[in-house]
Amino acid sequence: MLHLLILIPFVGAALIPLMRALPRIHPGWAVLPVPAALFIYLLSRIPAISEGKTGFTTLPWMPGLGIDLSLTLDGWSLLFALLITGIGSLVVGYSMSYMGKNADSIRNFYVYLLLFMGAMLGVVLSDNLMVLYAFWELTSVASFLLIAFWYRRERSRYGALKSMLITVFGGLAMFAGFNLLYAMTGTYSIREIVSQAASLPEHSMFLPALILVLLGAFTKSAQFPFHIWLPDAMEAPTPVSAYLHSATMVKAGLYLVARMSPIFAGSSEWFWIVSLVGLTTLLYGSFKAIRQTDLKALLAYSTISQLGLIMSLLGVGSAAVFYDDPSQAAFFGLATTAAVFHLINHAVFKGSLFMVVGIVDHETNTRDLRKLGGLMKLMPVTFVIALIGAFSMAGLPPFSGFLSKEMFFTAMVNIREFDAAGAQSWMLVLPIIAWAASVFTFVYSMILVFKTFGGRLQIEKLDKPPHEASAGLLTPPILLVSLAVVFAFLPNQLASALIGPAVAAIRGNGLTVQQAHVSIHFWHGWTPELFMTLGVVILGILLYRTYTRFSLLDREWSGRDTLNRAYNAGLSLLENGGRRVTNLYMTGSVRRYLIYILLFLTAALCGTLLFSPNIRLGMEHYAPITFYEVAMVVVMLAAAAAVPFARSRVNAILFTGAVGYMVTALFLVFRAPDLALTQMIVETVSVILFLLCFKFLPKLKREKEKPVFKWTNLIVAAGVGITMTLVALAAMGSSPFEPISEYFLRESYESAGGKNVVNVILVDFRGFDTLFEIMVLGIASLGIYGLVKLGVQASSSKDEADASASRLRQRQGFPLVSNDVILRTLSRVIVLIIIAFSLYLFFAGHNNPGGGFIAALMTASALILLAVAFGMETVRRVIRVNYRILTAVGLSIAILTASGSFLFGVPFLSHAFGHFHLPILGDTELATAVLFDLGVYLAVVGVVMNIIFTIKGED
Amino acid sequence: MAIAVGVLFMIGVYLILSKVLLRVILGTSLLTHGVHLLLLTMAGLKRGDAPVLNGGSKTYTDPLPQALILTSIVISFGVTALYFVLAYRAYQTRGTDEIDDQDADAAGKEGAS
Repeated sequence: MLHLLILIPFVGAALIPLMRALPRIHPGWAVLPVPAALFIYLLSRIPAISEGKTGFTTLPWMPGLGIDLSLTLDGWSLLFALLITGIGSLVVGYSMSYMGKNADSIRNFYVYLLLFMGAMLGVVLSDNLMVLYAFWELTSVASFLLIAFWYRRERSRYGALKSMLITVFGGLAMFAGFNLLYAMTGTYSIREIVSQAASLPEHSMFLPALILVLLGAFTKSAQFPFHIWLPDAMEAPTPVSAYLHSATMVKAGLYLVARMSPIFAGSSEWFWIVSLVGLTTLLYGSFKAIRQTDLKALLAYSTISQLGLIMSLLGVGSAAVFYDDPSQAAFFGLATTAAVFHLINHAVFKGSLFMVVGIVDHETNTRDLRKLGGLMKLMPVTFVIALIGAFSMAGLPPFSGFLSKEMFFTAMVNIREFDAAGAQSWMLVLPIIAWAASVFTFVYSMILVFKTFGGRLQIEKLDKPPHEASAGLLTPPILLVSLAVVFAFLPNQLASALIGPAVAAIRGNGLTVQQAHVSIHFWHGWTPELFMTLGVVILGILLYRTYTRFSLLDREWSGRDTLNRAYNAGLSLLENGGRRVTNLYMTGSVRRYLIYILLFLTAALCGTLLFSPNIRLGMEHYAPITFYEVAMVVVMLAAAAAVPFARSRVNAILFTGAVGYMVTALFLVFRAPDLALTQMIVETVSVILFLLCFKFLPKLKREKEKPVFKWTNLIVAAGVGITMTLVALAAMGSSPFEPISEYFLRESYESAGGKNVVNVILVDFRGFDTLFEIMVLGIASLGIYGLVKLGVQASSSKDEADASASRLRQRQGFPLVSNDVILRTLSRVIVLIIIAFSLYLFFAGHNNPGGGFIAALMTASALILLAVAFGMETVRRVIRVNYRILTAVGLSIAILTASGSFLFGVPFLSHAFGHFHLPILGDTELATAVLFDLGVYLAVVGVVMNIIFTIKGED
Repeated sequence: MAIAVGVLFMIGVYLILSKVLLRVILGTSLLTHGVHLLLLTMAGLKRGDAPVLNGGSKTYTDPLPQALILTSIVISFGVTALYFVLAYRAYQTRGTDEIDDQDADAAGKEGAS
């Protein structure tokens, strides 16, 4: 069921785009049941959870990596799940009135919203850190999409990118922290890590893990100095701001800190970092909020500040872990309770306030405080909602915010007596900061209400006369804000149902729900906290009356403070620096890239040779070298060396051909008959090809390059050459692994029925290679065909003229049809002999040198001979074959043979073989491999002939 | 043999780095020869008979590199043919068979400064 909980929003998101068929109703109506149903289900789980039970289900996902989809539902995750689905339902309801239904993008909006809902539920339910991380980043993505919802606006894109960069940066840090935890404990499961928590603090990776995880939490929860993304995120539609950027997503950081408390709490670093960052954020955010003139910016800073408040409470609450005595632990642990309680309250009042601001924006088309005022009479219901929300935020009775604010003060007063973790007497600073921040909080709450709804109506500054919003817009905030009143009067019901179990889950080890029992009262007597609240109210009213005189309003600088400047500067530095560095080496010159590749190759290979202990340059395995071999090598090298100096094309081609034939001879000497055969024929065909083509190309010019150019090339080339020599030597000198060839030699006859091991490897053991190889050939031939045929058609008339002129030249210079009678006569006989020989090679291939490749090349060369003797036209008339189709047939045969093995339930490319007694040929072994070879044969013949004919331009 | 491989590689690379397309193509084929010989050398030269089982011989040369080379020969044939046609088409459309690096170099210098 827990898995379904996460799955349902995703399924919903997938279904929304299909709703085009129902244009009449607002798509929100179809979305609303999703969070509502989940919310009701979760409500039904409250009794079980508050009795101390927890839900846990797991599905294996990547068990090898320790990653399972294990979900857990305890008090803390239940509280979040309720917030996500509950406020989610209200926001969906609210958005139906807020966003027009006709906009096409409204479906996208709900897709993103449901995506976020599912991801956020995933975050709070996951027990596995990796799964949590994945959902965590998914919430960032959803947030990005929602902030950039009006993506045509520059500021929307800027805000979206900013939030994405900062939260993903934190997410990555957190990811690293999670992996450190894994390295320490060997598990990604939070429960299992918690069970090992006692042994962790001694570990050297404990502190780095702590800091990295906190980075993730702080960026997500917009803690100082990572808060800068949240004000810019206000470019999102207001329902999104209410949902993601105040009630749920930004609280994910708080969720994580609390979730990690059983692991990290108890270390003094945790206490100090979390508390102080929280307090700094609280003070900074509340101070900045006063200075805003935009209602949403004010709410954004207020959210930052409130998140800081809860964060600091979580930090201060960790003080309880330092004490064994239950009464002392409870004394300091009150902070955790306050954190949970305030978290709920904040979701309630901030959610409703955002909706109020949305209504004001909707009705007046502005959120600027300097234009607003006097809306009280025009929008009485909205005003009441805003009043309750703001009073709750300011911590005034009789609203629930007052209760949690009192508890906050109590916790801060209590922390003065904290004497572990290097705490000093100046701990008094903490309550003072808390109090000061509360004064600012009071002030901005009052600004929010009375600058908007009080004062004089400036109707001339508004686009349209405002009036009370529709019921659709009002209902969700009314429902939400009424909770602020309900919780205020029934705090203990809330405490036993939700807060207690949540606190128990946060505190971890052994603390049961009953022990975490929380009781909250309005009246504590004349305690310091009450006087603090009184002080807040008095000073707050004074400040509210006078703050404009302090010229605190920073309308001029908004969005341009130091941190934002640093962020912008860093971003542009990265962009420009990246561009500059890239331009430095990505010059667009292919030659230069080649040099990079080659130099890197040299460096990498030489480095490996130098630093690998197992590689020796060896000479001892050399076979004795005979004079003939030396002679052959010398001839080959001489021919090769002549290539760069060749003056004409023909010479260069012929020298290359000579190298090829020498290589053929070497193959023969080195006991590779198949290779020798193949190489010889390929070399012949290639030279013919070269000669066919070269007439089209201009005369080879002498290279008139600068010496620098030549020397660079020479040095690079020499480097590569020397490296390769070393590699060859190393390969001879050391063989760290047993060669696998023994296997081929042994198995070739037994399991594949062939004696020619090379051929057997090609068609059987490594048949896949061969299959792909002929495909590559096929593609190459089609490419050539396309280039020549289509290119000519597409080219302009001038090119046509050029082409025909060159064809004319070609007729004169290189006769298409030989007039040599002897050649003509002989070739008829010879062709038959060659074809017969190629057929022999084909059938012999399995046991003797030969095979499909060689036979095919042989056949092709026979056809080329015919073509040279009688002209292409004759050949084409005599043998009416479309070679492209032949290629396709060959490929199909090969593939079909290969897949045929599926019929017998064996893997792709398995071959069978058997002995058959055929007439004439005698006892023959026939293997299905032969069929495969036939495919290869046909394909290669087709390819070669296609290439030749295409280039001749007469196909 | 190792030295022969090295020299083949060197000449091949030198040709590839030149600006004339024909030289580049010939360079690749020389490079291919070098690779083939290197593969063959790796297997150890001249130990045993050709890998055709006839029952008579005890040792054979390593058949696997030979199979690899065979594949490579055929592929390089196809690739060379393709290069050739590319060069031909490039000449047809651009009127030269030289790789024009001047613009790119200029752009590079501009970007660097």
